Amino acid sequence: MTINQSGWKPTSPEAKDGEAQATFTGNRALMLEEKLIFEIGDAETTGVDFAEGDVAGSRLGDLSRKAPIGLPGLSEPETVRHYTRLSRQNYAIDLGLFPLGSCTMKHNPRLNEKMARLPGFSDVHPLQPVDTVQGALEVIHQLAHWLVTLTGMTSVAMSPKAGAHGELCGILAIKAALEKRGEGHRKVILVPESAHGTNPATAAFAGFSVEDIPATADGRVDTDALKARLGPDVAGVMITNPNTCGLFERDLKDISDAVHAAGGYVYCDGANFNAIVGRVRPGDLGVDAMHINLHKTFSTPHGGGGPGSGPVVFSEALTPFAPLPFVEKTAEGFRLVEEENAEDHHAHSFGRMVAFHGQMGMFTRALTYILSHGADGLRQVAEDAVLNANYVLRSLESTLDAPFAKSGPCMHEAIFSDEGLAEGFSTIDVAKALIDEGFHPMTMYFPLVVHGAMLVEPTETESKAALDQFIGALASVAERAKAGDQSLKTAPHFAPRARLDETLAARKPVLVWKDKAA
Amino acid sequence: MRYLPLTSSDRAEMLSVIGAGSVDDLFVDVPESARLSGPIEGLPNHASELAVERHMTALARKNTVAGDVPFFLGCGAYRHHVPASVDHLIQRGEFLTAYTPYQPEIAQGTLQMLFEFQTQVARLLGTDVANASMYDGSTACWEAIGMARRITKKSKAILSSGLHPHYVSVAKTMAKYTGDTLETGTPVLTADTDIDQMIAAIDGDTSCVVVQYPDILGRIADLTPLAEACHAKKALLIAVVTEPVALGAIRSPGEMDADIVVGEGQSLGVGLQFGGPYVGLMGCKDKYIRQMPGRFCGETVDADGKRGFVLTLSTREQHIRREKATSNICTNSGLCALAFSIHMTLLGEAGLRRMAGINHANACRAADRLAKVPGVKLVNDVFFNEFTLDLGREARPIVRTLAERGVLAGVSLGRLYPGEDALANGLVVAVTETVTAEDIETLAQALEEVLA
Repeated sequence: MTINQSGWKPTSPEAKDGEAQATFTGNRALMLEEKLIFEIGDAETTGVDFAEGDVAGSRLGDLSRKAPIGLPGLSEPETVRHYTRLSRQNYAIDLGLFPLGSCTMKHNPRLNEKMARLPGFSDVHPLQPVDTVQGALEVIHQLAHWLVTLTGMTSVAMSPKAGAHGELCGILAIKAALEKRGEGHRKVILVPESAHGTNPATAAFAGFSVEDIPATADGRVDTDALKARLGPDVAGVMITNPNTCGLFERDLKDISDAVHAAGGYVYCDGANFNAIVGRVRPGDLGVDAMHINLHKTFSTPHGGGGPGSGPVVFSEALTPFAPLPFVEKTAEGFRLVEEENAEDHHAHSFGRMVAFHGQMGMFTRALTYILSHGADGLRQVAEDAVLNANYVLRSLESTLDAPFAKSGPCMHEAIFSDEGLAEGFSTIDVAKALIDEGFHPMTMYFPLVVHGAMLVEPTETESKAALDQFIGALASVAERAKAGDQSLKTAPHFAPRARLDETLAARKPVLVWKDKAA
Repeated sequence: MRYLPLTSSDRAEMLSVIGAGSVDDLFVDVPESARLSGPIEGLPNHASELAVERHMTALARKNTVAGDVPFFLGCGAYRHHVPASVDHLIQRGEFLTAYTPYQPEIAQGTLQMLFEFQTQVARLLGTDVANASMYDGSTACWEAIGMARRITKKSKAILSSGLHPHYVSVAKTMAKYTGDTLETGTPVLTADTDIDQMIAAIDGDTSCVVVQYPDILGRIADLTPLAEACHAKKALLIAVVTEPVALGAIRSPGEMDADIVVGEGQSLGVGLQFGGPYVGLMGCKDKYIRQMPGRFCGETVDADGKRGFVLTLSTREQHIRREKATSNICTNSGLCALAFSIHMTLLGEAGLRRMAGINHANACRAADRLAKVPGVKLVNDVFFNEFTLDLGREARPIVRTLAERGVLAGVSLGRLYPGEDALANGLVVAVTETVTAEDIETLAQALEEVLA
């Protein structure tokens, strides 16, 4: 098989055993192969017409570019075709269930997109005089009001660019608060085993040392172990609730009280807030800081990896230390607090985290979604997310090992393990076979506390019919894996690519295109 | 509640499968004291699509739209024309509503795009490699400083006074907690950059020098001597590009031997968006890739021998290395990177050079005209599409007055450097291909009237 390895040479297609003849182009009817722009574009072609006229005048000193950049260009029709063809090689929530646990892939309403593209939001510069951006500041202010009210907290920093950036924001506020108290010597952050990998990375990045706290057999934080570790060197804990085993941390209030009594702060990873929004306010559980991934709870699209947006809500204790800028409502209108010491309650701000005011385009989308749902709808969101996850858990617990099935109801996600699969079969085989069934696989091998973890998060925007189809597919694949069906080992069979060699990619990294002919 | 497909009979049937009496039973682990009995008070209930659209549209109307007025703002965010097909293509659901490509067999669209993006960015910046994007330019700048610390095992960074003050603020915020020492100053309203002072400041403890190109006042200078001085002391040169269109007209930092080049990609494909989301660009020399934060897409083959792409080198990342990771970053700006890449593909070499040429020519015309306004002095005579004027009096209130008259004149240095009296008269003016001769004349005349 030599097609499409190094450009599209006119090789004769060969049929493989038992398969249809390969095609000359590498295409399969509607499933189209696509070369790289570097293989189809050239230096002269452009898809953009500019105004006629001379472009003379050079004040570039002696820095005029002489060397070519090496950028291929395509005409507009070729460009549209290239990216449209590429798009067809992607699975997406618009195509079907995307049950990634802890990643929350839910329906992205197009009204959000339409609103974010209103020129009043999309074509506004971050440094325009504040009198000319009152509507944009009001969006931030309204969204902030919802976030603070839904979480039962005191304030919110809107600028963090993503969930992990929000974690950093919360940890820096904790550090600033400790330093203000003269307790900068508290250097330890406790992180439960089931936490997101970003949690320890964040704490370390901010100069803390990280100590793991074990999980109990039923998938929650070992509260006794955590309490026993508290002391004058502990700055705080980072805890995920609902946690990555899909369970509600029943003891969070108790833990918070103990941490506070020992002089520390509680950071809550709010990545899974969609499971409790409208039903529980983290502020009532003693949380001091929590980030909210807007794409997870409030449906801003993830775009193949980002952008994210991670506003952080703060308790009264941490509010003075939160980052700038802030939007404030005054008698004259909305204003932007960009300078430290501008107001008493920003006097101890730890500074600025990003160049401008955060992910405005995501704020517009999130506010649109929130207003569409309202307080009553958001409560229903949490209920349906939890109902759907429990339905998946109970429908599959007789087929797949569900390690925490006896720990009570799950929250937003159901967890299974590879226990009981035939010798030599693992989670990856189940996942890749699900691709052939037309589903994006669940999260694999996370959390680490479960062997061969399969973490399924259906979200609230899936219908019962869609869930039933997914449950049937996963059960069928699981039965095949238990029976040792060898065809699973080579799945997927119907995807644009067969299993990709990730080891080769890491061992001999090829990160940019180089002309092999040159 | 149009986004929730379950019917009440579905819910009843599912509860019976689960074996729960009511949905409340599923929240049994929430302590009684923290359970809310009904919708949170003080917030409105759900609204129709029409009602939400009216509400948001009313808010949008309260802003002055850049495209509706003569517009000259830059300083890290630039207004360029974005071809219609860019926004059309990024709204295809298979791009818009996909997740991080962790299952490469069904994510080749995103992965191939990222591979193309990495190559385009590396070529534009003049570096060997580039990653699959960062949050934005300011955080990428900070990450580059951290990268230099890991590579050189030294922790004193020298930041040019011409570096965007917000980028400096971000670096200062982070340095407070990581133990880096930062040396920086405020710019001076002159045509000269601070390259000579930086060269003099480099010593054996220096991990890196960070220089913006073009800088915050729009000035440009050859970075080659600075790179040589850095390398002589085993320090790295980090170049920051906030206006990538400039690289269509001037030499790239990589060509001048910068070790790490970071940038803000907003100019191409993304739009102003009141500051975000933007897209951070980051490239470096080959030998430093394992110290680079963020995602990489790499080429490989599948089981049938076909070329394909995967996320790679993830052993540097937080989900594997936890507290030993190179960075805590666990996302990128995928969709903005896509917009950037599509715009670059539409432009191509010829288009980008033409666009850069028009930007520069328009800026030259504007500089000539504005320098004729009585009392106004052009600070820097060498620039790309952004230059600084000395208005002879405080610029910030003048910008506000001009805004009331319907002209968005530029960014006053007083806004960027509050409390720095020596900079208060400075106005940074950006001129792109979206600015017409009439816009320039309108600004010049308005400025004449206001300064008179």
